[in-house]
Amino acid sequence: MNYSYYPGCTLKTKAQDLDFYGRESAAALGITLEELPEWQCCGAVYPIARDEIATKLSAIRALMAARDNGTPLVTLCSACHHVLTRVNGDMQRNADIRMKANNYLKPAVPYAGETRVIHYLQLLRDEIGFDNLKQAVKKPLKGRKIGAYYGCLLLRPSKEMQFDDPENPHIIEDFIKALGAEPVVYAMRNECCGGYVTLKSEAQAKENVDLIIKNARAHGAEELITACPLCMYNLRAHQDGSMPVRYITELLYEALGLREGGAADET
Amino acid sequence: MQRLGVFVCWCGSNIAATVDVDRVVAEAKVQPGVVFAQDYQYMCSEAGQNIIKDAIKQYGLNGIVVCSCSPRMHEATFRKAAEAAGLNPYMVEIANIREHCSWIHKDKEAGTEKACVLMRAAVAKVLLNTPLKAGESKVVKRALVIGGGIAGIQTALDIADAGFPVDIVEKNATIGGRMAQLDKTFPTLDCSSCILTPKMVEAKTNENIRLITYAEVEEVSGFVGSFKAKIRKKARFVKEDVCTGCGVCMSKCPSKKGLNEFNMGLNNRPAIYIPFAQAIPNVAVIDKTQCIKLNTGKCGLCEKVCTAGAIDYTQQDEFIEEEYGAIVMATGFRPIDASKFDEYSYSTCKDVVTSLELERIMNAAGPTGGVLLRPSDGKHPHSIVFVQCVGSRDVSGRGKPYCSKICCMYTAKHAMLIRDKYPDVEVHVFYIDVRTPGKNFDEFYRRAAEQYDVDYIKGQVGKVWEEDGHLVVRGVDLIANEQIVLNTDMVVLATAIEPDPTARKVANMLTASIDTNDFITEAHPKLRPVESPTAGIFLSGVCQGPKDIPETVSQAGAAASKVIGLLSKNKLTTNPCVAHSDELLCNGCSCCEKVCPYGAISYDTHLINDHGVKETRRVALVNEALCQGCGACTVVCPSGAMDLKGFSNKQIMAEVEAICL
Repeated sequence: MNYSYYPGCTLKTKAQDLDFYGRESAAALGITLEELPEWQCCGAVYPIARDEIATKLSAIRALMAARDNGTPLVTLCSACHHVLTRVNGDMQRNADIRMKANNYLKPAVPYAGETRVIHYLQLLRDEIGFDNLKQAVKKPLKGRKIGAYYGCLLLRPSKEMQFDDPENPHIIEDFIKALGAEPVVYAMRNECCGGYVTLKSEAQAKENVDLIIKNARAHGAEELITACPLCMYNLRAHQDGSMPVRYITELLYEALGLREGGAADET
Repeated sequence: MQRLGVFVCWCGSNIAATVDVDRVVAEAKVQPGVVFAQDYQYMCSEAGQNIIKDAIKQYGLNGIVVCSCSPRMHEATFRKAAEAAGLNPYMVEIANIREHCSWIHKDKEAGTEKACVLMRAAVAKVLLNTPLKAGESKVVKRALVIGGGIAGIQTALDIADAGFPVDIVEKNATIGGRMAQLDKTFPTLDCSSCILTPKMVEAKTNENIRLITYAEVEEVSGFVGSFKAKIRKKARFVKEDVCTGCGVCMSKCPSKKGLNEFNMGLNNRPAIYIPFAQAIPNVAVIDKTQCIKLNTGKCGLCEKVCTAGAIDYTQQDEFIEEEYGAIVMATGFRPIDASKFDEYSYSTCKDVVTSLELERIMNAAGPTGGVLLRPSDGKHPHSIVFVQCVGSRDVSGRGKPYCSKICCMYTAKHAMLIRDKYPDVEVHVFYIDVRTPGKNFDEFYRRAAEQYDVDYIKGQVGKVWEEDGHLVVRGVDLIANEQIVLNTDMVVLATAIEPDPTARKVANMLTASIDTNDFITEAHPKLRPVESPTAGIFLSGVCQGPKDIPETVSQAGAAASKVIGLLSKNKLTTNPCVAHSDELLCNGCSCCEKVCPYGAISYDTHLINDHGVKETRRVALVNEALCQGCGACTVVCPSGAMDLKGFSNKQIMAEVEAICL
C-alpha cells in the first residue's frame, strides 16, 4: 500500500524519533510512505483569520501534491495533522477560500479538497486494522501499564477533525491493546498540555502537566505515549522525569520486534 | 354560460401593502365569465361574507374566486358563505395572494403582477368546476390511546367518563410511565405515586377502559372515524387472568441479573418480575432474555412455586384487531443518553448520575430505600453538584436545540429535598439560565436558593473527573468571572428529554407528521395544539413537546375532549374530491392500485360498451368511502383514465395555462 507522507519540520529536528520509528514500523507492516518532494512548513498553527489565505497556502500545496500523487496523505505530527485537515476542510466547504487560493496558486487542475488526510493512527486502525496489527506484533508489551495522552489537536474541533469522541476517545487505547500492553484510561488524557503557553508562562504549562501526570499516575499509568511533539516537550520539560513519555511510533517499533537487543535509547 | 364573481381581500395591510388590490379587481373584471369583482378590507369578516352572499344572489353567480389567504385558513369559511347563498360550496376557488404572494414579496409592482396571475389561474379553474356533493362515513365509537403514562391514562379516563370505550396500548408490562418513577412532584412536593396510582387503579376498574399492556400497535389502516389497528400482545409467559401478583416467583427465581429498568438500571431484578409494587396490572412477566428455562429448558422453578398455576412457558405473542374512530398518541419521552457528554464522565464514574437516576435513589421504593447514598461505595455524600442543561439548548449536534423545560424545576426540587433531609450536604447547581415560568414555580426556585441555601452558580461545567475517591468538578463562574474547581461526592446531570424512540414508528404508521426532533407536529401550533394534521389523530403529553405533569394533564383532557367531540357524531361528512376512473380509458394495469395508500382501489371485470364495441374488460374501481383524494393514482395512471373530482387534469392544465400565458 502506497501513501503520500508529510513529516513536517519538527519531525526533521526535535522529533526525529517520531519520524524514524514511524517509517521503520510502516515499512515492517508493508506500508510505503512516500515523502512529498519539496514540502513546506504546514504553518504550525491553523490560521483562523477569515480573510487571510497566505498562511494557508503552504498546507494547500502539500494537499495538492498528494492529490497529484493519487494517494491519501499520511501525517504523524498532531499539529501538522490538525492544520492540514482543517485547511483541507476549508478547501472543501468554503467557496471563498477555495476561489482565492486557486486564483493565487493557479494550479493546472484547481484544488477543492479532494485529498484524504489521515493520521498514522487512523492508518493503523482503518487501513491495516488493529486486529491485523495484533497479529504482526512480535514482542507483545505484556504487563506494561500505558496511559494514552491525546492532547487537543487530534481531537478538536471534533466536527472538523472527525478523529474520535473528543471527551472519551479510545483510538490510542485500542492501539495500546493491539500491542499487548494494558491501556490506562484517565480523565486528563484529553486536556491541554499547555501548548505554546509554555513560552509565555512556564508556570501555567507546569500546572497543566502536573495535573495530567498526577491523574495518570493515580489511575495506575507507568508511562505515557503521545503523537504530538509539542505535548512531548511539555510533558517531559515540566516534570521530574519519573513518568516516562514516548512517541506512539516508538512503542510500535518495539512491539514489532524491530529494536535489536531491546536497548532503549532515548533521544 | 358561466357567471363568475371575484372577491379581493386586503387582509388589512397584510395583502394591500404589497398588492395593488384595485388593479387586481380591474383585471378580474375583464376575465372571461367574470361579471362581478370587488375588494374589501376583511373578506372573512361578517360584512365581507355578506358582500359575497349578496353578489351571488344579485348577479346570479354560479362560481366565485376569493383572492385572500391560504385555503387552509379560510376555504371552509367562504364555502359556507357560498352555500348559505345557495351556491354549491365546491364552486368556490381560493387564490392564495397572502402566503404565496404578499407575505413573501417586497416589491409592490411584482407582487401585484403575481396576484393577478394567481387570480387568473383560479378563474380558469373555476370555469371548469362542477358542483360536488359530500358523502358520509361511519364513526366507530371506540378510541385507541397509544401509551399508558399519565398522558394516556388521563386521556383515556376522560374519554371513558363521557361514555365511550377506550383501549390503552402500553408497551411495558405496566401502565404508569415515567411519572411512576418519580419521587416527589414540583412545586407542591406531593408524592408522585400517591397521586398517580389511584388513577392507574381507576383506569383498570373503569368498565369503559381496556388495558392492553406489554403490547405494541403494529399496523394501522383506514381513516378518521374508521381506523383498523393490529396490536401485538407480547408473550408474558404468565397468564394475566390467573396470576395473583403474590410475588413468590420473584423471590425464588435463580436468575437475578436483569437490569431493573424501573430503577434505571441501578440494581438488578429477577428474570420473572413485577416492575414495581403498585404495577397495573399487578401481574408478573418473564424477561425471555434472562429466563433460564426459556433459554436452556432447565429450571422451571417459578412454575413449581406458583400456587395459582399462572406460568406458561409456551405462551406465544397474540394479535388483537380492533376498529377505532379516533387514535391518541401519548408515547411520552425518555432522557437522552448522558454518555454522549463524557466531559461529565457519566460513562466512567459511577457517582455521576442522571436526574432520573437520582429520583430513584431518593424514592422510598428505590434501590437504596430512599436513603441518599453514593452508587460507587454506598456512603453518604457530603457534597453534590448539579449540572443543568446537559444536552438541552445544545446546537453543537450532540444534544437537542430545544429547552427541555422541566429540568430547572426538578433540579430545584432535588436540591431543596436534599438540603431539607440532609442539612450537612452542600449543594451546588451550575446553570445557564434558571427558567421557571409557571404557577408557583419561581417562588419554588427562590425558596431553594434563599431558604435552603442551595448554591446556584451561573456557568457551565467543563470537566468532571475522579481523584482520590471523590469527584472533581471544574467549571466557570460567569458572575465572578473565574474558573472554579469543586471537590464533591456526587454529580447529578439534568439530561435533556427526547421523544420515546417508538414515537417515530407510531407516527409513520398513523401518517402523523413529526418535526426534526421527532416531536409530533400539531395541526396548528396555537389554535389546534392537540390535533395532528392527519384527521382523527390526537396528541397528548410530551410526544408533542416537553412539558411537566400539570401541562400534560391539561393537554390530555383537551385531547380527550376533541376525541369525545368526534365520537359523538354519528356520521362524518366525507370529502367529495375523490378519484374516479373512466372505464373506457382504463387498461386494467394495476398501477393505481399499487400506489393507493388507503386501499381504495379494486378491480372489476365486466362488459363494457366502447362506442358500440362490446367486450369484457378488467377495470379499476374506486371505493369513494375509502378514497382520501390524495391524487397519487391520477399521477401514475398511464392511460389518463384516473381523475380527481375538483382537481381534474383539465382543471389543473387550465390553471397552468392561465399562469404561463
